[in-house]
Amino acid sequence: MLKITDLHAQVEDKEILRGIDLLVNTGEVHAIMGPNGSGKSTLAAVIAGKEEFEVTKGSVVLNGEDLEDSAPEERAHKGIFLSFQYPVEIPGVSVTNFMKTAINESRKARGLEDMPANEMLKLIREKSEMLEIDRKFLSRSLNEGFSGGEKKRNEIFQMAMLEPKLAILDETDSGLDIDALRIVANGVNKLKSKDNAVIVITHYQRLLEYIVPDFVHVLHNGKIVKSGGKELALELEEKGYDWIKNEAVV
Amino acid sequence: MDLKDKLISSFMAFENNVDIDHPVHDVRTEAMKNFEKRGFPSKKEEAWKYTSLNSLQKVDFSIFPKEENTLEYKNVKKYFLHEIDSYKIVFIDGIYSSFLSETTHDGVDICLMSSALTKPMYKPVIDVYFNKVASKDESLTSLNTAFSREGAYIYIPKNKMPKKPVEIVHFATGNEASLLLQPRNLIIVEENAELQVIERHQSLTSNEVLTNSVTEIFAAKDAVVDYYKVQNDMASASLIDNTYVNQRNKSLVKVHTFSFGGKLTRNNLNFYQNGEYVDSTMKGVTILGEKQHVDHHTLVHHIEPNCESHQDYKGIYGENSTGVFNGKIIVDKIAQKTNAFQQNNNILVSDRATINTKPQLEIFADDVKCSHGCTIGQLDEDALFYLQTRGIPKKEARALLMYAFANNVLESVRIPELKARINKLIAKKLGVRLGFDL
Repeated sequence: MLKITDLHAQVEDKEILRGIDLLVNTGEVHAIMGPNGSGKSTLAAVIAGKEEFEVTKGSVVLNGEDLEDSAPEERAHKGIFLSFQYPVEIPGVSVTNFMKTAINESRKARGLEDMPANEMLKLIREKSEMLEIDRKFLSRSLNEGFSGGEKKRNEIFQMAMLEPKLAILDETDSGLDIDALRIVANGVNKLKSKDNAVIVITHYQRLLEYIVPDFVHVLHNGKIVKSGGKELALELEEKGYDWIKNEAVV
Repeated sequence: MDLKDKLISSFMAFENNVDIDHPVHDVRTEAMKNFEKRGFPSKKEEAWKYTSLNSLQKVDFSIFPKEENTLEYKNVKKYFLHEIDSYKIVFIDGIYSSFLSETTHDGVDICLMSSALTKPMYKPVIDVYFNKVASKDESLTSLNTAFSREGAYIYIPKNKMPKKPVEIVHFATGNEASLLLQPRNLIIVEENAELQVIERHQSLTSNEVLTNSVTEIFAAKDAVVDYYKVQNDMASASLIDNTYVNQRNKSLVKVHTFSFGGKLTRNNLNFYQNGEYVDSTMKGVTILGEKQHVDHHTLVHHIEPNCESHQDYKGIYGENSTGVFNGKIIVDKIAQKTNAFQQNNNILVSDRATINTKPQLEIFADDVKCSHGCTIGQLDEDALFYLQTRGIPKKEARALLMYAFANNVLESVRIPELKARINKLIAKKLGVRLGFDL
């Protein structure tokens, strides 16, 4: 589904990604771990199409299509979803109105009519219940004054609404207490199917107890320095990242 | 002949058509003298530093329209808030249109300034209120006072509230190549009474129009007044709005100004808090493009203790548009426990757009809370990216952010149908379809 080849990216002449290779097939869950500043969030943003980052070499190919010239919204229409580490607060636009706009814009891009209002409401109800989101919450301004947990839950709610082919969860576990973590992870697990794929970006192993990865990759200095199965995450938890750093140097 | 000379000579012609023995005419004559002395304000004056009236003074404006004009309701329906029932005071080229209006004398007076200025029954009210809060120094206000004859007259007695809002609408038909209008409104809301007003100036052709309007509002003890100014005129129309509000104890007056259209718009909005526990609120949304110019000059004079004032102006400036916000707050020595808040946030969406924003605080009391903040910025790139990753195209994402930016000003609009209208105007002005019902 997603094929990343020798990806180099920089921001303001500072190279952050230095040759990433990654292959994600449908039905798979990949975890990308690594110390702070290793380039995890940059990789997520580059896949989602953030213009601030300049891709200097290599490619990101989704279902056979090179995404080089695709704007972030076009990538979204093709099925990429990024759950933000720090979701942006947008006062003045309610969660519901935001979701309606997002869904109808995606439908428009696919040549479909707007989703009928009753269908939309049904979908919103269904997905918000799945994530145990209070109805009142949906009429509040997007992310404004939300707690860390509410923001992350709202991200996964959006993911549930948009049903992406490839979901990238950037530090979704940060700022979550154990109950919120469980709700968020359950949501992700319910959305997971043989037709889609998930990339979980995390610093800690904790989230991976709930969202069990098929593959774990360790990012260091803009490169994937080690890949393995889910047991690699446990090893990292035990030994810390220094072990990887040292190994990478060797 | 320049415009000033033309106005001075027109005053004599004007005197042939009004009762010069009426006491109001002494007020007019005094005002004319002041205008003669001061003339049009120039950019040399601090208050007019960023707004030039030079080009308008070169236009050969008609000062008195030649003939009465009519309009069919169906052709101008869209300029009214037709979704709801309202009282209407409508003028066509400055002349009252009884056909388009719906006035009343049923418990409240919602009618014409020309009647109030001439009929003996209104004299006691005119004596007490006419030209009492409007400035006697400011030259354009004086100019309006000198020619004051027509406009809206609203009197709401104690404990009354009209059943529906009042719309004051001025149409310019383009019958004259260029037309100067000087409406004069007087609004009195007595103790514990309430009023909602929507004011609009609408030119129907691309012929030049200049409106120099003066509105005096008197809010007595516990009165509540909501005043909405919808400024979405043609690119050939200019407006100088001079509004003066006098508030007594515990009164609450809110003025919302929505500036989307017009060539040059100057809003002089002045509040005088002549009572305790007064609340004055000024809110504005300005969205401009092309070479449009809007200048908001606000004044809140805190004269008594324990009062509040709230100002919140948002501006979005595109293309070659220019904006000005100058917010003056005066807190007299006696006005302790004043709370005065002022906020002016602007987004420039073009490299060529300009905003000049200036808070001006003169505080003589020591136990007060005053805050002010001005920001000028571009749209938040992170927020744009966030919306785009949800499949919202950049253009719509920008519009959504701008809409969101302006939205909290709309929250205090108390007429839902008007709020919906303004929402739609904002979406239209931003040139996008938003994926939800506004």
